[in-house]
Amino acid sequence: MAVSRREFIRGGVSAFTIGFAAPAFLSDLARAQGALARNLVIVYLGGGNDALNTVVPYTDPFYYSRRPNIAVPAGQVLQIGSDGSGKALGLHPRLTGLRDLYNSGRLAIVQRAGYLNSSRSHFQGKDIWDTANPGLTESEGWLGRYLETVPLDPLSGWSATQELPRALLSSQVSVPAIPNAAGYGFSSFNAAEAANERATATRISSHLPADRPHLAFVNTSAQAAFATIDRVASASVYTGTVTYQNNGFALALRTVAEALVRGIGTRVFWVQFGGFDTHANEGNAGAGAYATLMGTFGDGVAAFCEDLRRRGPWNDTLVLQFSEFGRRVFENGSQGTDHGAGAVMMAAGGMVRGGLYGTAPSLDPNPANPTLENNGGDVRFETDFRSVYARVLDNWLGANSAAILGSDFRAGAPALV
Amino acid sequence: MARGRTGIEHLLRRAGFGASRADLEQFDGMSVSGVLDYLLNYEDQPDDVDTKIGNPSYVSILSRAGGFQPNSNIEDARQRWLFRMVHTNRPLQEKMALFWHNHFATAYSKIAGTFGVVQGTKLMANVSGQLPGPQGQLETLRELALGSFTDLLVAMAKDPAMLVWLDGRVNTRQRPQENFGREIMELFTFGVGNYTEQDVYAAARVFTGWNLRFIGGRDDPSNYYEFLYVPANHDPTEKTFTFPIYSNGSQTIPARAAADGMQDGIDFINALARHPNTARRLARKMWNFLVSEVVPPDDDTIGGAASAYLQNGTSIRSMVHYMLRSREFQNPGNWHTRYSWPAEYVVRAIKELGWTGFSIETARTALIPMGQVLFEPPDVAGWELGRGWFSTGAMLSRMNFAGTLAFNQRFNLARDAAAARQSPEALLEYMLDRLSPARYDSEPMEHLTTFLQTGGAWTGSDAQLQSKGNGLARLILGSSEYQFV
Repeated sequence: MAVSRREFIRGGVSAFTIGFAAPAFLSDLARAQGALARNLVIVYLGGGNDALNTVVPYTDPFYYSRRPNIAVPAGQVLQIGSDGSGKALGLHPRLTGLRDLYNSGRLAIVQRAGYLNSSRSHFQGKDIWDTANPGLTESEGWLGRYLETVPLDPLSGWSATQELPRALLSSQVSVPAIPNAAGYGFSSFNAAEAANERATATRISSHLPADRPHLAFVNTSAQAAFATIDRVASASVYTGTVTYQNNGFALALRTVAEALVRGIGTRVFWVQFGGFDTHANEGNAGAGAYATLMGTFGDGVAAFCEDLRRRGPWNDTLVLQFSEFGRRVFENGSQGTDHGAGAVMMAAGGMVRGGLYGTAPSLDPNPANPTLENNGGDVRFETDFRSVYARVLDNWLGANSAAILGSDFRAGAPALV
Repeated sequence: MARGRTGIEHLLRRAGFGASRADLEQFDGMSVSGVLDYLLNYEDQPDDVDTKIGNPSYVSILSRAGGFQPNSNIEDARQRWLFRMVHTNRPLQEKMALFWHNHFATAYSKIAGTFGVVQGTKLMANVSGQLPGPQGQLETLRELALGSFTDLLVAMAKDPAMLVWLDGRVNTRQRPQENFGREIMELFTFGVGNYTEQDVYAAARVFTGWNLRFIGGRDDPSNYYEFLYVPANHDPTEKTFTFPIYSNGSQTIPARAAADGMQDGIDFINALARHPNTARRLARKMWNFLVSEVVPPDDDTIGGAASAYLQNGTSIRSMVHYMLRSREFQNPGNWHTRYSWPAEYVVRAIKELGWTGFSIETARTALIPMGQVLFEPPDVAGWELGRGWFSTGAMLSRMNFAGTLAFNQRFNLARDAAAARQSPEALLEYMLDRLSPARYDSEPMEHLTTFLQTGGAWTGSDAQLQSKGNGLARLILGSSEYQFV
């Protein structure tokens, strides 16, 4: 088969993926195409994840006395050793994949991430994490601002959720929302006119009326769609060998994995799922609704990481998880937890320096306990979430975090990459 | 029926879902204010749209195995609602029901996850008297769409779907539940900046005992959930807020016997509904919904709408009336400056392009990738409106729905456009008149003309009209000029 390297590249990697089971080669090839570089995959757990049931302080007696129904029994936690303050911690029993990742040194856990005067509102809280601005004076997202610093490409960001998160909002870069790569296309039943329709729609959307910026905005979105359809289509069929669970979160990660393996050039992916606003019925004895959430999260991320390991881009990928706040220390009357403060963040990837960063709170309700706030009701933050962003921007993406975040948050940043 | 009455069309896009050709004939000869009165006083029109379901003159519905069950199957409930939006003769009532659905955003999936799919659908959409139990949340929103906002808040505080959605059903004096108490202040009334965390705790205690009860046996098909105030679950002690609860300025709801404790919630809701910042926040939301999302709210209009609401006993009708009569509403510069919601987009396209032989089920499934599944807002803050609707994927979905609808209607379109067969320009003029997009600049107009001229000489044959006509229609419906109401 005589195929020149040039044709090989122009035709894309896809046609050859099945023939060459050599992940490193594919990755190198994709690099040669200039497409594959370090990338960031954000995982957002919507609703305020209950950090204390994710990373369990299972030797703290107050954990059990203040959560009599919903605490994860000490015998069930997946022990991950002790943090810098000597506090023994364990992962939720449904996070077995993440425990393995932790043991291999590729999962970093940042405890008590947050900011001063944490908002208990989902919407304000999410906006604060998305803009990296607790004053809410910034309209663009922190990742949108980052994408403004990389070469312009309509697919430099990829949101796998229907609504574009504010984190990816930018006045200069339009990030496509691609919840389902297979459904991302321009279809026509009108066979004789199909090509003419697409060409005309593309031309119409290129008109940006200066006197009607709202029309121009919609046309910009349409333009970005037309500019990305064909590349996205190349990632719409999964060619890997890892079995993902059949849920929206896992399937979105599967598509992201395919896009990474194909090296289509995206720098920042956004994947999320909700249901973490567990005001009621979190479940007992390590089972129930919260365990289901943990299973979806842990199994999805573990499958994704395994997929990347097998097929190459593992060392180029950083998965960063967050949620808008942690939940209250004590359970409420409906066996759930209300909105709290300090949250947990996680990072995974082939180049991650795994381990436990920061210290766990003491859950002693004594109002003088410095690791809690709100009369001992909520976890006080210790690590500014913006310092984590700064570390990722500077040390992983090679950007200038002070310029992007509007201030220098490098001090005290966990050295997770 | 040519479109020449742009003021009426603007009104029908905003206070309804657009105008079908039959609508335009019906309103021919009426003044804009006459049509406004017709829309506002919708009680004068019969509420019989459901009886038209299944009639071949109307958009069709898909009947699944077991028959069409809009009170117990959520997909059928969605079909019924979309059918109503297309064919109702009370468009403003339906429009405001959609507005309130976003305002009191409640998602079916949590209700169904708690009580099962049949109870979940009933709690969202049951029409009073059709299945045993209270009417669904949408029916309440529709009933009070232009009523007193105080009544609407009380109805939502007692609404069984809301009691599941924001966990009021488990709010007891032993363990107060903050979820509803927080959101009624943050999202349903005056918004952040007007209350403290201590107010949230007090609000939770106010609604302790506003719970649910189950009627009927476990396997009894006529069983249901309904609101019940449970005195034993109510915290009877006094509750103090940082804002006035009573007209004398008192910030404290007094201690009362548990049996009378439901009055706490009524007092609290009265205070929230009458708070000037609630009036202003509602007015700003209505401005964005009814007047413009592009032009920022005008202070005089917001003040006037808020006063109309407050002076008429928290009347929603007064506020809407004020907005729709305002000079800013009438100003043609503000027409086509509101980003259409996906539900509005599909319904308007159907009304303007035609529906004979089209199934509303196609619109229901198309709404999923556009980002608006009815009865399934993403969270309690509702959908992200405006630009939020226009991600790349959602824009493609709109273009693809346009293609599906236009191809389905190609024979009807070609027949209707027969008189315009003489030239591409005539066909374009016909289609722009039939639909109601914003003005096209010359450049996109040229692209549309080029589309018609490409691929062979113009003959005006039936086949050409069918093929070019539906292609042109999908291009217009899929263009940015058509995404605004």
